[in-house]
Amino acid sequence: MDKQKQVPIRMEDPVLRVKCFTEVCHGYNQEEAMAEANRCLECRNAKCINGCPVAIDIPAFIAAVKKGEINEAATIIFRASSLAAVCGRVCPQETQCEKLCVRGIKGEPVAIGKLERFVADWAIANDVFPSEKKPPNGKKVAVIGSGPAGLTCAGDLAKRGYEVTIMEALHEPGGVLVYGIPAFRLPKAEVVEKEIANIKSMGVKIETNTVVGKSVTIDELLEEEGYAAVFIGTGAGLPKFMGIPGEQGGGVFSANEYLTRANLMKAGTANSLTPIMRAKSVAVVGGGNVALDAARTALRLGSEVHIIYRRSEAELPARAEEVHHAKEEGVIFNLLINPCEILTDERGWVRGIRCIKMELGDADESGRRRPVEVKGSEFDIAVDMVIMALGTSPNPLIAATTKGLAVDKWKCIVADEESGLTSKAGVFAGGDAVTGAATVILAMGAGRMAAQGIHEYLMGGDK
Amino acid sequence: MYKIVESLTLTADIFQFEVKSDRIAKTCEPGQFVIVRADENGERIPLTISDYNRKDGTIKLVFQVVGASTHALSLLKTGDSLKDIAGPLGKCSSFVNEPQENLKQKRFLFVAGGVGCAPVFPQVKWLTGNGVTADVIIGFRNKSLVIMESEMEEVATKLYVTTDDGSHGYHGQVTAMIKELCQAGQSYDICIAIGPTVMMKYVALLTKELGIPTIVSMNPVMVDGTGMCGACRLTVDGEVKFACVDGPEFDGHMVDFDEAMMRLGQYHSEEKAAYRAAIAE
Ligand SMILES: Cc1cc2nc3c(=O)[nH]c(=O)nc-3n(C[C@H](O)[C@H](O)[C@H](O)COP(=O)(O)OP(=O)(O)OC[C@H]3O[C@@H](n4cnc5c(N)ncnc54)[C@H](O)[C@@H]3O)c2cc1C
Ligand code: FES
Repeated sequence: MDKQKQVPIRMEDPVLRVKCFTEVCHGYNQEEAMAEANRCLECRNAKCINGCPVAIDIPAFIAAVKKGEINEAATIIFRASSLAAVCGRVCPQETQCEKLCVRGIKGEPVAIGKLERFVADWAIANDVFPSEKKPPNGKKVAVIGSGPAGLTCAGDLAKRGYEVTIMEALHEPGGVLVYGIPAFRLPKAEVVEKEIANIKSMGVKIETNTVVGKSVTIDELLEEEGYAAVFIGTGAGLPKFMGIPGEQGGGVFSANEYLTRANLMKAGTANSLTPIMRAKSVAVVGGGNVALDAARTALRLGSEVHIIYRRSEAELPARAEEVHHAKEEGVIFNLLINPCEILTDERGWVRGIRCIKMELGDADESGRRRPVEVKGSEFDIAVDMVIMALGTSPNPLIAATTKGLAVDKWKCIVADEESGLTSKAGVFAGGDAVTGAATVILAMGAGRMAAQGIHEYLMGGDK
Repeated sequence: MYKIVESLTLTADIFQFEVKSDRIAKTCEPGQFVIVRADENGERIPLTISDYNRKDGTIKLVFQVVGASTHALSLLKTGDSLKDIAGPLGKCSSFVNEPQENLKQKRFLFVAGGVGCAPVFPQVKWLTGNGVTADVIIGFRNKSLVIMESEMEEVATKLYVTTDDGSHGYHGQVTAMIKELCQAGQSYDICIAIGPTVMMKYVALLTKELGIPTIVSMNPVMVDGTGMCGACRLTVDGEVKFACVDGPEFDGHMVDFDEAMMRLGQYHSEEKAAYRAAIAE
């Protein structure tokens, strides 16, 4: 076997998988995982750990996998991460742990994400979850939002003996994990629901259909309902639009709307009453994970799909694996072009999208080369649906209804990086609501830090 | 699960539920709405709150069967439960936050079309309950579709009922009634019109001519109702607004009604097919 190469991963055939929502990647079995684990050099000064936002002891868990001690591997991972089955699937490993793997210098890095997933799936299958739980301490904490930040914070606090209630605006908990990321990338019943059930089994209550700021305010939670502290993990759900002509046309959707219909509402499946538009040809504007998820969902609902992205392939912010899968499945990538107008017919419905060619100029603040328009290069693509995946920002609802909660100019809640404490006593925040749209692992890490921050705040420093 | 304390049939296809929800009943104000799901497979349906009882922790909802989802809702009886209900959503009517002395100087004219009577009711009740004048026009296509007449009679300063075919009350559309009232010397400081989008469009055109500031309550397609999806976006005074968080009430003289009607039709063919399948069952 070539030690420079990863043990190949088994996958659904691209021709078959574009017709359904089954998970694309099958993951390793134990034999494959042990073979891949054997590629790890167990560096003494392991760089990969620095690439992990929650500092999982990667060489240690891989060493356990090598020996076939999966239970031990799970214990090591769970010490740092509470949503490993999710993160093993959706983390951008190529820019985090795997980027720093020494194996990656000459060949392919160790498939750390795939190994994490294997261990976490094994834990789910064998029902082993860490459950050392302290006796109840009589203090109540409210967690707002049930995405990765909220779930993690709630789980950690429950373990420390707090009585935790999560309040979620939607009818199902999970945040982006249920409404945004499609099942072909992150199975719902097999993974997300299991993670949530695990958190509930620690005694966390989940109150769905509760829009904090409307159904109840943070001030009421603290002053009237007896909560000693509140954690805000409300994400960054507000979709952006471009403000170009035709954007209000019939058949123009935000990726959030399209994905929510398909994922949360299960539109397109036999029993669901929620409608979803099926187009002949779709343009998806954007190049991140959200754009790719929308594109591959549209493909599965029978459309021809064009990604429209203003930079080049190297700058696509989506996970490398997803770009690879999308190409295999037949998504058409139109790079270095930017939409200038959505063309509509006499009824006001989409009939095409007018784009202009771009070229890469000098680097901007983010270090990426700035795309500039090529004068006079406009051209039209005929499509009957457009999905806008241009990013999202935090919902202003909570800030607008909570006295003394500071936000920055991007409407992100201001919170201390270490403790998650906001400008308001007893109120903590973390995840996309603080950073703007980021990643599952960062949200999870923030939820964990805030749980520690809340514990110190309520128990006066005892750790 | 949220218990339906009482389910009533108002007309052949209009129903009223009184639903238990302590949190919503405690905080809701006139003008706000909720999102309900009948069951596991149900769509998220926005419905304006048509009355509330803070003491009993209940709210009332009135809906018309227009598709498969509202059909499924209409099958629920007293004692059954709604799977989900979230709210109160949207902003409340602006008069709720206006100083009472100002309000008492004003004369309100409400114009409700069909099932639009339901959202108008709590607003009128609130205003007249606070000693403010509120005349109300309720309009229907014909007598068999008339709803909430006696309830409205109780709270309105003056009630005018119209039917398009003259089978009950004034013979003509609500716009003709508005003209007649103004010609007879009635003057109004503000008009609040709620009903089908075309009705609101024509009322707004007329009141613009008559110089009466007008508020409408928009009912676009919605999914989450919390500002997350943009399905509910409208153009108001040239700017894009999300009805679920910026509204649902807007300046009727600024709303782009034609665009709103086009956007309402986006799922028409899918919805029709689903409805046909549902009633065939
Ligand atoms: C389509 C899509 C694909 C993605 N793919 C990836 C990926 O591959 N890898 C990756 O690392 N990241 C990915 N992300 C980003 C990642 O999902 C987010 O960074 C992460 O979910 C943020 O977690 P959070 O807990 O802060 O917020 P969220 O997951 O957004 O959860 C917030 C929750 O709070 C609820 N809420 C909001 N307001 C209120 C309120 N007022 N009251 C009560 N509840 C409220 C919301 O309904 C929601 O359930 C993706 C995002 C999307 C949209
Ligand atoms: S209904 Fe989704 S943003 Fe208004």
